[in-house]
Amino acid sequence: MNEVVIKLEGITREYLMGTEQVRALRGVDLEIRRNEYVAIMGPSGSGKSTMMNLLGCLDTPSAGRYWLNGHEVSRMQDDDLARIRNREIGFVFQTFNLLPRASALANVELPLVYAGISGRDRRRRAETALQRVGLGERMHHKPNELSGGQRQRVAIARALVNEPSILLADEPTGNLDSTTSEEIMRVFGALHAQGQTVVLVTHEADIAAHAHRVVLLRDGRVDSDRSTPPRAAEAAA
Amino acid sequence: MPFFEAVKLALSSIRAQKLKSFFSLVGVLIGVTFLIAVVSIVQGMNVYMTDKFAGALVGVNTFQLQQQPNFQMGPTSEEQRREWHRRPRITIEDAAYVESHMKTPVIFARAGFDQEPVAWHGRIAQQIQLNTVDAEYFRIKHWDIAEGRAFTPQEVTANAEVAVLGWDLAQKLFDGHDPLGQTVSIGGLPHRVIGVVEEQGSVFGFSLDKFIVTPITSPARRLTNRPHVLDNLQVQATDPTLMRAAVEEVDELMRVRRGLKPGQADNFHIETSESALSTWDKISKILFLALPGLVGISLVVGGIVIMNIMLMAVVERTREIGIRKALGARSGDIMAQFVVESATLSMTGAVLGIGTGLLLAFTVRALTPLPAAVAPWSIGLGVGLGVLVGIIAGVYPARQASRMDPIIALGHE
Repeated sequence: MNEVVIKLEGITREYLMGTEQVRALRGVDLEIRRNEYVAIMGPSGSGKSTMMNLLGCLDTPSAGRYWLNGHEVSRMQDDDLARIRNREIGFVFQTFNLLPRASALANVELPLVYAGISGRDRRRRAETALQRVGLGERMHHKPNELSGGQRQRVAIARALVNEPSILLADEPTGNLDSTTSEEIMRVFGALHAQGQTVVLVTHEADIAAHAHRVVLLRDGRVDSDRSTPPRAAEAAA
Repeated sequence: MPFFEAVKLALSSIRAQKLKSFFSLVGVLIGVTFLIAVVSIVQGMNVYMTDKFAGALVGVNTFQLQQQPNFQMGPTSEEQRREWHRRPRITIEDAAYVESHMKTPVIFARAGFDQEPVAWHGRIAQQIQLNTVDAEYFRIKHWDIAEGRAFTPQEVTANAEVAVLGWDLAQKLFDGHDPLGQTVSIGGLPHRVIGVVEEQGSVFGFSLDKFIVTPITSPARRLTNRPHVLDNLQVQATDPTLMRAAVEEVDELMRVRRGLKPGQADNFHIETSESALSTWDKISKILFLALPGLVGISLVVGGIVIMNIMLMAVVERTREIGIRKALGARSGDIMAQFVVESATLSMTGAVLGIGTGLLLAFTVRALTPLPAAVAPWSIGLGVGLGVLVGIIAGVYPARQASRMDPIIALGHE
């Protein structure tokens, strides 16, 4: 078995909404190993988004411990978390979150800028990442000159460019039609096949079905955690 | 993020919203325009006053012994003016005394002045500066002769009825005719023209060439002063380093001659180019004192405008801040990005301000007799102030941006 990349131990997350104490996560234990393809599912209010923010190191738990690739990130301060996000996490968002005025290439270069990588190296690596997602021809286009699917590919290239430990996708097909969704899911499948660890956060069962393991959250706890056989389509890819 | 990246990013943000950027930097632009224009004009005046005004009107290495100061543009009390008028005039005997006792090597020229009409063949030039002087006056004034010749010491001794014309007067009165050998009437007294002085140009639009020079012994002398009275005694040190010694010696000789006791004030005046410039010095000091106020107010207003624009930019770009943070930007990176953007914005204003300031200064120079000269330090100061205002105005908005929670920022529409 591969080594553990993500290890959560008794994670709780509480916050105040107005005067009311909300307990979004109530003691979550979870392990994800290298090159797993995991979908985290759950209805709204199940703690899915909080889980995504914690896994992505955008947030820290109220209690419990979180190790990412051997680093205990649950006790880290802001600047260290920023470095972890930069090196270990590749985000793919539902709304793409590209910088509108920057070209595809510049968007993909952005994580490398914050990693302190020099201009020429940055450009070479960003070009490689864009070629990996099949956008080698449209590198100098701005986001508004690209289709939804192409924009999401740029976002995936940006997520990959720093060779992160996990690719963390939050409803990556939420803004796409079903044909484009399938296309994007094929990209995830291919990346997984190349060895990438992929974590999807979604409420759509047919998207989750692409993963090899589904973790179901309910009321801030892990309700079920089961492996699923890879689909025929992906086995072929 | 490297500094250069931040500047590039800032410039692209500014370009993306040209009009808004322009309005936000107008305050700084005006402040720096003020700075550059005023400094350039004052600097130009300085150069002008030192080189031309003092050089042309007082003379290089030259001073004048006279009854009272020439150039007193500032306020003087009634009492002071009465005191000046009570002083004895400088006489031919005073001049002879100083000349005969002087040890420092100098050259002297006695002088008397008046404004007189000069006429030739029915043409009349009014208000011509009449200089009745010794032959050395030409040397002291560094006047070169364009046509004919200057008069000689022998002609002064011989009470010769000769005259040398200023360039403008020669042009106006003779209008193409050869003035040499012609007889002009100075206030009704005939003098023969023997030469024309080369063109001297003008100071603040006033021609320096509307004059006529005759020997201090010529008939025209009667028009200037009572017998034995001089307007001044011109003294030129043969070497610049002897200037101070010469001034002190003349002062001492005159005090002895007038029988002044130690502690008693001089009852004569020694006009040097320094004393002529002292009034200008006062004016330029006042301008330089008022300048920081004017510039400061514009820059404070400019800074406040930039701060507001940056606060708006931070709100508008909340999502961008969220994206950058998610991708690994630290608070310091975000802070630096907005401070650099603010400083770049403000500096752009300063650079434009330098342009408009210089334009203004040179327009003034082209359209008025006021001169203008660029002071390199003012350009450095303008850019420096621009950057400083931008940094100060940018810190608070940048701090707001850097403190944003990435989760909330990413959810922002």
